[in-house]
Amino acid sequence: MKHLIDIKDLSVEEIKDLIEVANDIIHSREKYSHKCDGKKLATLFFEPSTRTRLSFEAAMLELGGNVIGFSSANSSSTSKGESVSDTIRTVGCYADIIAMRHPKEGAALVASEKSIVPIINAGDGGHNHPTQTLTDLLTIQCEKSRLSDLTIGLCGDLKFGRTVHSLITAMSRYKNIKFILISPTELKIPEYIKEEVLKKNKIEFKETKDIEEYMNDLDILYMTRVQKERFFNEEDYVRLKDYYILNEEKLKKAKKNLCIMHPLPRVNEISKEVDEDPRAAYFRQVEYGKYIRMALILKMLEVH
Amino acid sequence: MNIDSIKNGIVIDHIKAKNGMKIYEALNLKELQCSVAIITNAKSQKMERKDIIKIDKEFDINLDALGFIDPDITINIVKDGKIIEKKHIEKPEKIINIVKCKNPRCITCVEKELDQIFILTDKEKNIYRCKYCEMRMN
Ligand SMILES: [Zn+2]
Repeated sequence: MKHLIDIKDLSVEEIKDLIEVANDIIHSREKYSHKCDGKKLATLFFEPSTRTRLSFEAAMLELGGNVIGFSSANSSSTSKGESVSDTIRTVGCYADIIAMRHPKEGAALVASEKSIVPIINAGDGGHNHPTQTLTDLLTIQCEKSRLSDLTIGLCGDLKFGRTVHSLITAMSRYKNIKFILISPTELKIPEYIKEEVLKKNKIEFKETKDIEEYMNDLDILYMTRVQKERFFNEEDYVRLKDYYILNEEKLKKAKKNLCIMHPLPRVNEISKEVDEDPRAAYFRQVEYGKYIRMALILKMLEVH
Repeated sequence: MNIDSIKNGIVIDHIKAKNGMKIYEALNLKELQCSVAIITNAKSQKMERKDIIKIDKEFDINLDALGFIDPDITINIVKDGKIIEKKHIEKPEKIINIVKCKNPRCITCVEKELDQIFILTDKEKNIYRCKYCEMRMN
């Protein structure tokens, strides 16, 4: 693998390998602490995303490597009008691998076409964010010990949420997956996801507005936040942002081994009281994010 | 209409009515140093109405552009007043710099020097998507 731009760039087999390495890292971290000695990761964040950047940087540091980069377009040469390709070619002279985030869709693919070092897409606008999806897959594997035979509830903004679209795409490659799609009418899953992913792969799904309707069927409940920047008017946002608030009351009918996930940051969609529930996996999910990025960096740098 | 008027050149036939001007523009025919005739709304045996373009010169046609606008056309190569070759075309897998991506969030909207590339992602449904942002063009 040269670059990782889209989760679809990875085969099921490659994902399995990454998850295996990540699992090994979790169980024997010492073994990996010098794997990337002398190597440099550049984190090029043309728009700020502190969580994602810190996750990549922590991953590289834990492998014994170093980190260079910038965290917003103001501090980069883009503010002087430099193209993505030129920035990438320049940075490729300093770093062994690049994790890049950019506000424009397709920017990471443009970068990869000109790059001499591997590029990891750390988010290109509302388009792809493959390491979030890998994080979600590792979380599911670790929490449920499988990636097949699962009923997955996705709740919140299913219209604009790229996290949700990528997760559906990625999970639809595994056996016996069912989806419960929970959203207000205005934020329903787009038709093309239903047609081109769900129906095409003959995946069972149900749509509902009521978070409790299928609660007792769920193995996983994936909550998402409603993002303000997706709305044209404030009114719609205010009306929809607190449409779902997950609390212990709503979890009453849920399975004892339900796994509650969230890509974070959350706003109000998960009540603080749920944090103490052992089924809440969203902070563990953050940690899994670091381990899968470590595995990815190793694979892309071909370090064994 | 017939093609007697051309000695050496190209006749693009069976163009869906109203597509003639689109093709004229996509192939940038106004730049050719020769006579070009566009016949619109001609009667056709195969189709209701059609457009025809006659070009009085041989040149390399951008087949991808043609296939993208109208895959059902026929290209006749004329030499010494006779058709020496008939070409049928297919929908191209990829089209470059013929149409622009309309997604304002696409990287090609800010970086103007990038090629505008569209990929045929669904042949049956004739769906083209931007190579970069994957937004549907049609
Ligand atoms: Zn585009």
